[in-house]
Amino acid sequence: MGAIITLSLLGILVLYLGLYKAKSLLLPVTMLGLVVALGFEISAWNKGVSPIYNGMVLFDNFALAFSILCIVITGLILFLSKEYFRAISNNVAEYYCLILFSLTGALMVCSYHNLAMLFIGIEVMSVALYILVGIRKTDFASNEAALKYFLMGAFSTGFLLFGITLLYGATGTFDITGIKNYLIDNPTALSPLFYGGILLLLVGLLFKVGAAPFHFWTPDVYDGAPILITSYMSTVVKVASFAGFIKLFSYVFSPLQDFWTPILLLIIVITLFVGNITALMQSSFKRMLAYSSISHAGYMLFAIISLGANANSSILTYGFAYSLASVAAFAGLILVKRSHGSDQFVAFDGLGKTNPLLALVITVSMLSLAGIPLTAGFIGKFMLFRSAMADYHIILLALAVVNAAIGVYYYLRVVVHMYFYPSITGEDTVAVPTSFNVVLILTLLLTVLIGIYPNCVISLL
Amino acid sequence: MVDIIQNIQGIPLNHYLIFCSVIFAIGVIGVLIRRNVIIIMMSIELMLNSVNLLLAAFSAYYGDASGQVFVFFVMALAAAEVAVGLAIVIMVYRNTKSVDIESLSKLRW
Repeated sequence: MGAIITLSLLGILVLYLGLYKAKSLLLPVTMLGLVVALGFEISAWNKGVSPIYNGMVLFDNFALAFSILCIVITGLILFLSKEYFRAISNNVAEYYCLILFSLTGALMVCSYHNLAMLFIGIEVMSVALYILVGIRKTDFASNEAALKYFLMGAFSTGFLLFGITLLYGATGTFDITGIKNYLIDNPTALSPLFYGGILLLLVGLLFKVGAAPFHFWTPDVYDGAPILITSYMSTVVKVASFAGFIKLFSYVFSPLQDFWTPILLLIIVITLFVGNITALMQSSFKRMLAYSSISHAGYMLFAIISLGANANSSILTYGFAYSLASVAAFAGLILVKRSHGSDQFVAFDGLGKTNPLLALVITVSMLSLAGIPLTAGFIGKFMLFRSAMADYHIILLALAVVNAAIGVYYYLRVVVHMYFYPSITGEDTVAVPTSFNVVLILTLLLTVLIGIYPNCVISLL
Repeated sequence: MVDIIQNIQGIPLNHYLIFCSVIFAIGVIGVLIRRNVIIIMMSIELMLNSVNLLLAAFSAYYGDASGQVFVFFVMALAAAEVAVGLAIVIMVYRNTKSVDIESLSKLRW
């Protein structure tokens, strides 16, 4: 709980710093606050056994591990923000404050124990993001993305709420343990409201994680938003939504597995194919990453259908791998876009010669996203596929492997552009500020570390 | 208060369920077929308010206050959402001079 309180107070403090024009203090104070929140999370490790605050939140190791992941990734993204925000707006404090509020919502989604908290967490997380997506007020693409995200987000909230209401109507409680007990007590005579509730909740959550056929907003929003906000949305928000998703389905609805597994199987197959095949046709790196994030949502849904003992640790590993690689890729994109003014693949031509380090980090992150051995992405995919194998979802696995192969093709396209094409703009290098260098090297090291020694993450859960 | 609850319970629960589902469906259809952003937002409000009504009805039937407390959360967050949403609509209107979502088709794959 300490972390959630720290972050909400920190958001207000940052707003006041902005009010009193203390711009140089913003980043240090925010980072310090994140470190304090991280300290609270780590000190609560192994202590949360029962829900607190009248059963509203539960800080078990599952919630803490995902909260730590969210805080670390936010820290990395904010570290990149120093020059980035200053270049696009005068009101820098609002960025930090909104990102912190959104992070607070993400932590609530990771640690809820009552459907009311799930709803509030998702809303706090999204409402701050609606503003962040449209924060470039005069940029047309940013406007359009904000409006689309807002309309789709509010629409999906309606489904989520109706689902929660039907569950309440069937069980008479919002507490997730209460709902689980109802399921166990009435294995045969379930109220029909309950099935409707699960379906509507599923629709709402699939909207939020951006899985097909509810994905159509994702590419437009990811493309139109400022790059740093896109990287926040596709990492922290997605991982937190999945933490909420897996908690609900693996803990509460697991006795009804026969009912929702076939639906989810179909959704996974559609998501994988839609994400990967449309990603193949993109010529813009940013849009390719948006579509690839749809296909990654499909892979992460694997963990939910195969609820083994290690489903939680495999989704955590995958979340780590995916977030680190995405942050590195988006950081590279920011630098390239800043110097070449374009986010197309051709902007990356010749980067291998002019900026060897940047090209290396982007290459490793692409390999990690594609799931090549010795990177974190391989371990994540391996664990997810193994648990699907243990459940005998052989056809699904075959389709997923085909999709992983398609993924290798489009991820390596940018690598080919970096190393095998001559630079279009001559030999001038892309300027890399120190803060970017630190983040790039950190993500590179962590990706390789998890790839070589995966137990450091797997053993957490 | 007891009076109100008895009045609510005087109508069968199924009627509330059907009524709220119909309002919810009208909201969903409104979002899907209307092109004016303001009307889409009104349809979303319709969806949220049908949820509120159903929550209150369930809450009265179970004699459990948590459903009514949830209604307050829904109202507060719906208000926050509309505040942000209208700000976004005004921002878009300043740039495009239109509240029609057809005017927003710059981002395409």
